[in-house]
Amino acid sequence: MSTTLTVNGTSATIDLPPDTPLLWALRDGLNLTGTKFGCGVAACGACTVHVDGVAVRSCQTPLGDVAGATVTTIEGLGNPDALHAVQAAWIEHQVAQCGYCQSGQIMQAASLLSETPSPTLAQIDEAMSGNLCRCGTYPRIRAAVQDAARRLQEA
Amino acid sequence: MSRLGTIARRTFLIGAAAIVGGAAFGTWRYRTPYANPIAANGIGAITPYVLIDASGVTIITPRAEMGQGIQSTLAALVAEEMDLPWDQVRVLHGPPAKAYYNAAMFAEAVPFAPTDESWLAETMRDVMAVPAKFLALQITGGSTSIPDAYEKMRAAGAVARVALLQAAATRLGVTANTLKTEGGAVIAPDGTRLPYTDLAVDAASADLPDVPPLKARADWQLLGKTLPRIDIPAKSTGTATFAGDIRLPGMRFATVKMNPHLGAAMNGYDDTAAKAMPGVEKIIPLGNGVAVVANTTWAAFQAAEAITFDWAPAAYPASSADLKAQITAAFTDDGLDATPRDDGDISTLTTPALEVEYSVPHLAHATMEPMQATAHLDNGKLTIWVGTQAPGLARSAVATATNLPSDSVEIITTTMGGGFGRRAEVDASVYAAQVAAAMPGTPVLVTWSREEDMTHDMYRPMAIGRIRAGLTEDGQISAFDFSTAAPSIMASLSGRLGLPAAGPDATLAQAAWEQPYTFPAYRIRAYRAAPGVPLGFWRSVGASQNTFFHESAVDELARLAKLDPLEFRLRHITHDPSRKVLEAVADMSGWATPRPGRALGLAFAISFGTPTAEVVEVEDTPDGIRITGAWAAVDVGVALDPGNIAAQVSGAMVFGLSAAMRGEITFAEGRVEQQNLFDYEPMRLSQCPDIQVRVLESGGHIRGIGEPGTPPAAPALANAIFALTGQRHRDLPLSRAVTFA
Repeated sequence: MSTTLTVNGTSATIDLPPDTPLLWALRDGLNLTGTKFGCGVAACGACTVHVDGVAVRSCQTPLGDVAGATVTTIEGLGNPDALHAVQAAWIEHQVAQCGYCQSGQIMQAASLLSETPSPTLAQIDEAMSGNLCRCGTYPRIRAAVQDAARRLQEA
Repeated sequence: MSRLGTIARRTFLIGAAAIVGGAAFGTWRYRTPYANPIAANGIGAITPYVLIDASGVTIITPRAEMGQGIQSTLAALVAEEMDLPWDQVRVLHGPPAKAYYNAAMFAEAVPFAPTDESWLAETMRDVMAVPAKFLALQITGGSTSIPDAYEKMRAAGAVARVALLQAAATRLGVTANTLKTEGGAVIAPDGTRLPYTDLAVDAASADLPDVPPLKARADWQLLGKTLPRIDIPAKSTGTATFAGDIRLPGMRFATVKMNPHLGAAMNGYDDTAAKAMPGVEKIIPLGNGVAVVANTTWAAFQAAEAITFDWAPAAYPASSADLKAQITAAFTDDGLDATPRDDGDISTLTTPALEVEYSVPHLAHATMEPMQATAHLDNGKLTIWVGTQAPGLARSAVATATNLPSDSVEIITTTMGGGFGRRAEVDASVYAAQVAAAMPGTPVLVTWSREEDMTHDMYRPMAIGRIRAGLTEDGQISAFDFSTAAPSIMASLSGRLGLPAAGPDATLAQAAWEQPYTFPAYRIRAYRAAPGVPLGFWRSVGASQNTFFHESAVDELARLAKLDPLEFRLRHITHDPSRKVLEAVADMSGWATPRPGRALGLAFAISFGTPTAEVVEVEDTPDGIRITGAWAAVDVGVALDPGNIAAQVSGAMVFGLSAAMRGEITFAEGRVEQQNLFDYEPMRLSQCPDIQVRVLESGGHIRGIGEPGTPPAAPALANAIFALTGQRHRDLPLSRAVTFA
């Protein structure tokens, strides 16, 4: 059984059972490895991607549920030569340490800013608290989200 | 083909013999303990760090990048001496090689406190570098990478620069002293630029010079400044390659399911249902568990859950209460492992002002990236892509497990999603190797589920601390008698690796015995409990519990003496760098300033040689205790990258606070009860305060910084909660008694 959806602007057909989580369809089906596996139970946020523009935990999103949908992963948000404002802010603030959670953090932050262009600190805390980081980069994440909000408004 | 292998084929390497075969090892001289380490070291041992080919200069940074930024700082050491601009620097981890031994790991394993810079202590540290060299231990851990690399990697850059200068001089027919280096090129008197890339062939074939004098600090262009980390753009764009991100043609995806009674055998299993599941290709017995191979990791996970097992029981006590009883039982003369400090006459302590017991639980590492490794057996050659803190150990373990000669095993060390000590273990490498060996020609990625990772860790030991102490009438500590008991990490580790373990386990009393307090009677005793569950190095190791015991007790004594905890500590410490970090953190936090509804807690330790003082601020809110501020001051001797050091300390505090708040692994029926990140839940962003770090430089020994930020976090938090509520909490995690907002 195959499922067709749009991933990072390109139509993709994935021949995997429809109950396969989108996370594994992306990683093992399409070799898009920027989206990370952390917990498998939506407790850590490492697998966050956008489905039709909204952040979701791809480990809890069955492939069959996103047939026809538009999916954006970290690879589609921007790339090293054409950074998204959130990625540029992440680099400017030197957020990453091990980096494993950061794809999810960045996708979550980008989704927040598309819905709430000028978030308060409380809104940042609320939106970002589902994304765990074991290296403790949280203070720089807060700063980078605020910086990204400014960049997006100036753009 | 690894990137290094590709490069080596078309590259001119300065000091080439060392990197391809480790041949330089045999040329090293066993030096006398008193010689200048740089002058006496064989040059071949110093130079396997610089690769130059037509496309640029690559610096080999043979320590594991697990988030601490080590590869950037190591590269800066070499680049500084080569006059190589930062934007031209590329890094590679390199292969496991004897040339990349870690001497600092051994140098600190001497019975002298880090504050002891006497002739004898220095000599002993120097002597200890020799066995490290001959055992060729290439390990990342113990906050040793920078102390180990500080001189030898700068020397590697300086030698490379001189070789390039000499090559240019020969080509131009001038003397080298008429030339200078700048911007990755040799500059001739007439201004002609000869890029290093054009000179590499000549430089690599020339005899290497003696190590020239290293740059004075005043001339540093890169070191001492905060540099943008080399790895951050890739980590911000999803393009960094972790072990699980390797994709090869024909690749399969696998997982493992091992006996939850740790280390025990598998009596049997029924995989009838699993084999019939879609995508499942193979189920491979691995002794005390199985691997499931499928067309996706998800299919492998599902099938692993569908197997029924007959697990042999655990060999250790089945519950946390039983495991704790073993530790309590260790406080006997027979259980005494070492008495690393016994100053003054502790028998004068007849009526203690304080007599208390503290405890800490087992902890998991819970790296964000669960254990995973990619392996491929191709024509008798086994390649493993794995994030490992100990590639040499991994290679020998893989060779043993697969009956392959060691030189048929290639370990490619990938960037890793957190290490914290967990990736010093070889289990992920070995399982992947066994799966690959069972399917020759097919590359396979073995990913552990989070549940498998959480329940098959090598845990931070449960431990107990007992303190008796006396106070004089004027509020000085007259005697401080500290005892701790825990099972031995070193015994557990050497059992797993088949290595001998002799003598006391220095991790038991780590960061307890070497504190700079000047108590007139001061005894530190470590008791070794019976072995229990598998134990491993957890960020800051023994300091993670001993600083909690020691600094909670000092705080309690300050309260009993009715003295300010900062003033109380300063009264008992003369070591200048230690006083300075205490004074700095007090200044940063506004220690003396009252703050209604909030309170501060202070803790201090020297761990891994680095004096570290931390203050935590807490507030009582309707939802519970909230951490509202955190400050740290550290003295690393010489700060190579202040921004990265601050990030390490800040992150290490978060790591320590997470564990202090609610980190706990418990055992029931021989199994770990916690399964995932909802029941072993690290601190979340909304709970994290702003954290300020000040980096001091006493100018003494250069120190590592991956670990020292962790130990004071727990006691600073517990001391703050006492200051706020009057409740003293002596058992971690604090969530047993405290609700956190």
